[in-house]
Amino acid sequence: MLDSEVPQEGNSTLAGHKKALYARGGDGKMHLVQSAGWEVEEIVTRQAVDDLLRLTEDARRRVEAGQTSALEYHMHRVRMDVPLLAQASGIWQWRIRRHFRPAVFARLSPALLGRYAEAMGLTVDQLQKAE
Amino acid sequence: MAFQHSQASHCESGVMASMMRHHGLPLSEPMAFGLASALSFAYLPIVKINGLPLVGYRMPPKFIIKGLQKPLGLKMRFETFRQPAAGVARLNELLDAGQVVGLQTSVFWLPYLPEDLRFHFNAHNVLAFGRDRVSGDYLLSDPVAESAVSCAPADLQRARFAKGVLAPKGLLYYPVGQPQTPDWQKVLPAAIKKTTRIMLDAPLPIIGVRGIRRLAKAIERLDTKNDAARTKLFIGQVVRMQEEIGTGGGGFRFIYASFLQEAADLLARPALNELAENLIDIGDEWREFALLTARQIRDRDPLAPALLADKLRLIAEREHGFFHALRRAA
Repeated sequence: MLDSEVPQEGNSTLAGHKKALYARGGDGKMHLVQSAGWEVEEIVTRQAVDDLLRLTEDARRRVEAGQTSALEYHMHRVRMDVPLLAQASGIWQWRIRRHFRPAVFARLSPALLGRYAEAMGLTVDQLQKAE
Repeated sequence: MAFQHSQASHCESGVMASMMRHHGLPLSEPMAFGLASALSFAYLPIVKINGLPLVGYRMPPKFIIKGLQKPLGLKMRFETFRQPAAGVARLNELLDAGQVVGLQTSVFWLPYLPEDLRFHFNAHNVLAFGRDRVSGDYLLSDPVAESAVSCAPADLQRARFAKGVLAPKGLLYYPVGQPQTPDWQKVLPAAIKKTTRIMLDAPLPIIGVRGIRRLAKAIERLDTKNDAARTKLFIGQVVRMQEEIGTGGGGFRFIYASFLQEAADLLARPALNELAENLIDIGDEWREFALLTARQIRDRDPLAPALLADKLRLIAEREHGFFHALRRAA
């Protein structure tokens, strides 16, 4: 890659940040060049973000329909999955899945709610509402 | 001495280059990367990130930090903590003593990074070099950021004690002793040979050039009819791991090419310059692979994993030739 070929087309996922890449200068030497972003990177990052947003939105709708608990919604919203939430909270995966049932979630002890909230960086109040 | 931030292409090599410079040894980022033999390729179908296999274009985290100890004649001290409070106290103590401290963090909890890039990736390296007297915020040198940043204590604590794959456990590290200018005639050929061994002789078929071919096979087998969405996520992941924050582009190939140019000058071996040219071309092939993939994800081209697999095989072929030539030159 020549330094004149370093992508400068912008990448909305970088939110104005610039990356540094090594590219070949006119003298043949590699040197650090700032890049405002490459569309290819934007596409693949956006793809991953959109997939997470889709899971979150889907969970929100199921919370409204009474099919899952706010816990699942928040788990997707903070970009976690069940294995990661289990590691972060120290609660077994099967228990977490059980807590996705609205009736079970509604009866959770303050201590358990506190562990979930702590693991996801939320307050207990936030955790109990899907918003 | 006041700490100087400089932006880098990759977090771990950037942190180590800055740290060595701070301790009086001028060292470029590519030299830190190359000297530690950090270039690699790995396709790990067993390690899942969001349900998709891990693809690495460099050696695993901490490889550079550890790998620089021998050539630079210094010892790195690593400390992890069971209790976050102990980790915070230790960091403050070191900063008060004027030490510049490397930290392993999760990008998800670092608020100064762009929202869209904050995934649960636990092996991001930053340097802490002080605290703001008034707010108590930490002053950080994040190699992928353009300038030094600050981070509130609560956020940094979360980032250092995040859970999951490669959990940092509050890891902090700093050098004991002074880095020495190495005997280039000795350390450079050794470092280069080590990289060729990793790329050509790894005993597992998922590491090195064979790993690229293995990945090509896996991509070829993807289902385009019934599960196009998953196929797109899979190939997107391969490119994301190539480009994501803290890595940068067919980037690792370009960093290594820069290292080879430096090595050519230090050893007075122009052959390494020609090899660097060759590797720049290979880096461009990786960029082309990323471009093809992105076009298929966006349906600008029809979804055709076989085409991507062919491109990977071509890259594998070229890297095979390149690392053999590099072995002879070293």
